[in-house]
Amino acid sequence: MNLDEALQTFITESRELLEEMENALLNVDLAGDQSEAINAIFRAAHTIKGSAGLFSLDHIVAFTHVVESLLDGVRDGTVSLNDEMIVLLLSCCDYLSELTDALAAGRLEADPDMAPQGEMLLAQLRRHMEGGAEESSEAALVLPPEPGVERIDQEPGHSDYWHISLRFGREVLQNGMDPIAFLRYLTKLGRIVGIATVPDAMPPADEMDAELCYLGFEIAFDSNADRDAIAGVFEFVQDDAEIRIIPPHSKVSHYVDLIRALPEQGARLGEILVRCGSVTAHELAGALQQQSERSEAEVPQQLGSILVDGGNVPPVVVEAALAKQKQVSEQKAQESRSIRVDSDKLDRLIDLVGELIIAGARTSMVGQHLQNSELQECTSALSGLVEEVRDAALELRMVKIGATFNRFQRVVHDVARELGKDIGLIVDGEDTELDKTVVEKIGDPLLHLVRNAMDHGIEAAGQRLANGKPAKGMIKLNAFHESGSIVIQVSDDGGGLRKDKILAKAIERGLIDPERKLSDSEIYNLIFEAGFSTAEKITNLSGRGVGMDVVKRNIQALRGSVDISSDEGKGTTVTVRLPLTLAIIDGFLVQVGSSVFVIPLDMIEECIEYATEPGQDYCNLRGQVLPFVRLRELFRLGGAPTRRESIVVLKLGNQRAGLVVDTLLGEFQTVIKPLSPLFSEVRCISGSTILGSGEVALILDVAALMHSVSGKGKVVLAA
Amino acid sequence: MSETQAEQGSASQLALSGELTIYHAAEVKQQVLAALRTGPVLELDLSGVTELDTAGLQVLMLAKQTAQAEQRELRLVQHSTPVVEVFQMLDLGAFFGDALLIHA
Repeated sequence: MNLDEALQTFITESRELLEEMENALLNVDLAGDQSEAINAIFRAAHTIKGSAGLFSLDHIVAFTHVVESLLDGVRDGTVSLNDEMIVLLLSCCDYLSELTDALAAGRLEADPDMAPQGEMLLAQLRRHMEGGAEESSEAALVLPPEPGVERIDQEPGHSDYWHISLRFGREVLQNGMDPIAFLRYLTKLGRIVGIATVPDAMPPADEMDAELCYLGFEIAFDSNADRDAIAGVFEFVQDDAEIRIIPPHSKVSHYVDLIRALPEQGARLGEILVRCGSVTAHELAGALQQQSERSEAEVPQQLGSILVDGGNVPPVVVEAALAKQKQVSEQKAQESRSIRVDSDKLDRLIDLVGELIIAGARTSMVGQHLQNSELQECTSALSGLVEEVRDAALELRMVKIGATFNRFQRVVHDVARELGKDIGLIVDGEDTELDKTVVEKIGDPLLHLVRNAMDHGIEAAGQRLANGKPAKGMIKLNAFHESGSIVIQVSDDGGGLRKDKILAKAIERGLIDPERKLSDSEIYNLIFEAGFSTAEKITNLSGRGVGMDVVKRNIQALRGSVDISSDEGKGTTVTVRLPLTLAIIDGFLVQVGSSVFVIPLDMIEECIEYATEPGQDYCNLRGQVLPFVRLRELFRLGGAPTRRESIVVLKLGNQRAGLVVDTLLGEFQTVIKPLSPLFSEVRCISGSTILGSGEVALILDVAALMHSVSGKGKVVLAA
Repeated sequence: MSETQAEQGSASQLALSGELTIYHAAEVKQQVLAALRTGPVLELDLSGVTELDTAGLQVLMLAKQTAQAEQRELRLVQHSTPVVEVFQMLDLGAFFGDALLIHA
């Protein structure tokens, strides 16, 4: 794996971790048990820091380090988590996302434009840490390590190797951890050049408890990994062991200090270090002599300074290390079950499947034409397989809507704060799957709807209480599948829409004729008209009269529809209906004159024989009135109707309508080709497809057709 | 973990087999020390050891140190592959001073 690829992985992982961190932050229960959420947040920050270190992204390391320190304080209980801190940590999340984005854009260095923001956040983080005890030492660690302790014996050593000194705690074995296993893992990061096993702490045979650990190790280690990566190997035993890591080319004095800090005798340790190859005998002798000439008073300070000097990482506290180990292995198991695929590759696959379908259709047409039954049999088997391939390929692009929904936790949290309202979010149907492209494009319209519901829908707490509702407002996001489409609902339990106000406004704006009688749903849907806003005052969130019409346009661009229902005083529900996929559908072919049209099969309920009184626009369907449109008239196609016309009964939501056509041609797998922008104003047509014969057929936009049936004026097929 | 003891000439022999891990470390420690103190020389047959962890290793090291302190001789023989692997990784050949048979 080259570095670029690794960096991409880092970026993707960081984004996931930041998302996790954000979710954890939003789910922190300030009153109750926070440890799990805090651990999750800490883990995310820690992992990002560690990986950033691998790529020498110093600005990210420096920033995450402070975040991590604060979180460490929270975990230790020296700093207590409060609401303000959560907001700050969320901002840090955002800042890190920006840094990651900059990274993705190819800027590996710190961006000077963003530095002030980072500084501000750092200052705030430190302020919070002041509550904790270790503020000064934590802050000092952030500074570039080179404190002003000048000493004569600081000439660099010649060792190219890391030196790792390990003294395991007595209980380490009983805690289920095996030092040998850690060393084995260490060898994955590099090569152990020299190792000395130090059994000096072992008591005489009769006092020795075989279940306690008495061993220590001194290791000269050749590796390109950084300190965090090496320290990470021992993460699980950090509490149970003394770990000292000296980077390559460190000053000889560091080794001397190490020798002093360790419990074993100096001369013996010196020997061990020399044997490891970390330091030469000559260097050590010189340094030892120089140090012994120094006054004893300086020693404590030196010991303090090595920690800073060496940039020793603060010990990472791991609670319940075993539980975490288990978690890691579970995560691994999950990773192995899924692979990351470039979405371009998937798009290419879908394109190819589309071509395959067209070619298949052509083959089966030729088969029919030749009237070769053997060939027809083959093509029918083939088209069955192609259909399965198509479904499987489309399935690959399906993602759960849960991730999109979860992002709204943050939006609701932030907007509620901004508005000074207490609002919660309920999410339902997260497992509903839909096409990735649709998911990406639905985010913005949903955001508008949610903000709108929070701003205009949900009343202020005082008013809610007066209306006998709980003070906390609720926004609900729901998703489910319904006849070939996905339905997403945004509901609130606010004041609902006020018909009289909407009507008055619409008349004032000249959107409708005062004399006209409108149904409730027609009145509600007026708010999707351009330039319509009933909010008395404009907030910086919504209320400028842009938004709802944009929402509608965006959703229609996805071949979707949007509908609103409301119960005054109880709340409003906006229902967005979207096609499951944008690329390929099961279609039904109909013919009018010489033109062939495709109707999405999911929208068709049944086909019946055309029978009605001349001049009527409705017929009797088992005792119910069924309005219909004559496609020939709608599109102003020439020619006389055939003798046996048919009605295709379409269903959209709870509306039903008929479509009068000349001939029914049967099912057809339809690869949707978008119409050129030139035809963007054409209504009732959502795209085109290529038939087996090479002819082009237009795909009918059922939602728009329904609209025209319900009496919204004539549709003109401009061409 | 099982041990079999035999006496051959002046050297006592003890064969360790199975997992030499924390689960049996205490038990093995007693066995090995007892065997060690039966005579001047103990040969420890490791051919049947299927797993060696830190606890197991410590017992072996303790036995070696005890032997040295009491002027006895401990020889490790027939190292199994798991034992050789640990000894090599930790560079313990010199500590025990036995000939290591490197498995291909």
